Amino acid sequence: MNGLKKALGLLWIILGPVSIIFMFMQAFEKVGLAEEGVHKTNTALQWGIILFIFIPISAGLVIFGWYALKGEYDKLPDDDSL
Amino acid sequence: MSQEPQQSSIFKVIGASSLGTLIEWYDFYIFGSLATIIGSQLFPADAGASALINTLAIFAAGFIVRPFGALVFGRLGDLIGRKYTFLLTLVLMGGSTFLIGLIPSYSSIGYAAPILVLILRLIQGLALGGEYGGAATYVAEHAPANKRGFFTSWIQTTATGGLFLSLGIIVLTKNLVGAESFADWGWRIPFLLSILLVGVSIYIRMKMHESPMFSKLKSEGKVSKNPLKESFNNKANFKMVLLALFGATMGQGVIWYTGQFYAQSFIENTCHVDFNDSRYILLWGIAFATPFFVIFGSWSDKVGRKWIMLAGMLLGVIFYRPIYQIFLDDTDVTKIEQKDIASVSDPVVTRTVITGTADSLISTSSTVTLLNGASFQKIQSHTKFADAGKPIVELPDAYKDKKLSTPVFWKFVFLIFFQILLVTMVYGPIAAFLVELFPTKIRYTSMSLPYHVGNGVFGGLVPFIATLIASFSGSTPLSGLWYPIGIAALSLIIGTVYLSNKKPDHKEAESENI
Repeated sequence: MNGLKKALGLLWIILGPVSIIFMFMQAFEKVGLAEEGVHKTNTALQWGIILFIFIPISAGLVIFGWYALKGEYDKLPDDDSL
Repeated sequence: MSQEPQQSSIFKVIGASSLGTLIEWYDFYIFGSLATIIGSQLFPADAGASALINTLAIFAAGFIVRPFGALVFGRLGDLIGRKYTFLLTLVLMGGSTFLIGLIPSYSSIGYAAPILVLILRLIQGLALGGEYGGAATYVAEHAPANKRGFFTSWIQTTATGGLFLSLGIIVLTKNLVGAESFADWGWRIPFLLSILLVGVSIYIRMKMHESPMFSKLKSEGKVSKNPLKESFNNKANFKMVLLALFGATMGQGVIWYTGQFYAQSFIENTCHVDFNDSRYILLWGIAFATPFFVIFGSWSDKVGRKWIMLAGMLLGVIFYRPIYQIFLDDTDVTKIEQKDIASVSDPVVTRTVITGTADSLISTSSTVTLLNGASFQKIQSHTKFADAGKPIVELPDAYKDKKLSTPVFWKFVFLIFFQILLVTMVYGPIAAFLVELFPTKIRYTSMSLPYHVGNGVFGGLVPFIATLIASFSGSTPLSGLWYPIGIAALSLIIGTVYLSNKKPDHKEAESENI
């Protein structure tokens, strides 16, 4: 299982930037297609918000993948938190 | 600290926490339910800048602000305590809702009206971001170790409870004052009424004590000095924040929004089921499924949280497309044969002049009733050009206001019930799961962020992204489902591989483990 955790880590590292690139492409396309005026500004605003919030999430996915690749999740700490 | 708190005491804690959280959800939902009326009263008739403010008010408060609220109030909760922080979120939420009900109309104060709405909506989003983590933490820290799932699952029922309450009060108010008065001034009543509910909840919460675990930390001087730094700058804790997000809350968020919101939108807007029928279907589904929050929460105390949550995601991945295909097939009236029709009403012809032209749209509408009791409206339209030389353009037939036969109605109720059952599987145990993942001194901060990113961002974007996918060329009405299916599948894989299924230690002595 630990081998799988590490191997999948690489996938998460790749998935982070790929998803952001895909979202940027979609943003350009959809804003370009929107009618001029308020509709275009609204579409740009919505995509701006989405990119603003998804860029850190994708960065988190890359970090998650990096931790997985480094074996940080091989053994989770026993839950002694409570 | 006693290991097994008095039953009456823990139920008071649950009651006070749940009531406040239920009111927060109520406040959050009534804006969405009344958005059209609010738009007509507080925003100018022409679009312009107000459309932007409106977009921000609805979009930003729902997605962008909640995680920030989680950070701000999570930090406060770990610094000054759970009780006062989630008391503060309640006051902010209730106060904002009450004030929205008092904002003068656009005709009185101009652009100040939509700007005030935006500010109050942002405060609402922040408050909601801080509320849930506080309530879940507060209840969990009062609950015995072997019953955390059971006790925190009551908090989980409040999201659907808030939806019920908001719908109920809106319908009641509308019936009492009449549709016209409701659109004019009656819509303010549900907002203003919020202050009474909040007042009661504040009174109850003021009488509650601080969480015993936080009190113990405080008396020992072990309260975190910088919860944000300890949560996100400490690798050991940050890796658990990421695991909680990608392995659990991300999948939970999309299952939650698909089952409770996308399903209703799909039945109403894609299948064109009658307005009342679509709501009754959802209400019955929620009513039957809500007890399962507590059942799965309680069961997770015995078998662990992981597999119950992941089973909910797996069932969503497998069954979403077949379920929505049934919705489409059972409301497809184009294949109805003549022998199934009981009657067709006299046609009603309407003529609408197409704006900016002298051309007209001629629509012929008739109600078709079937032998099995179902009915629908069939609309045949064509464009008639002012220039007689141009040929008439026939438009495709449209079908709307579909009323379902009794067996199909209850089949749909079952399918919605099943989807909400999946919601209860992923959502029932998750509060206890998140609480147990993080240490007491930074728990409020650490658990609030992944919860609100998972629920608010991944879940909240289901309607937007599903609509976006449906706009791709070659897409079908079911294409939008690939978003929740994809996210749930990703979370299912990560959760299966990386999460551990620690069963609660029934002999755990809480005082030894803070």
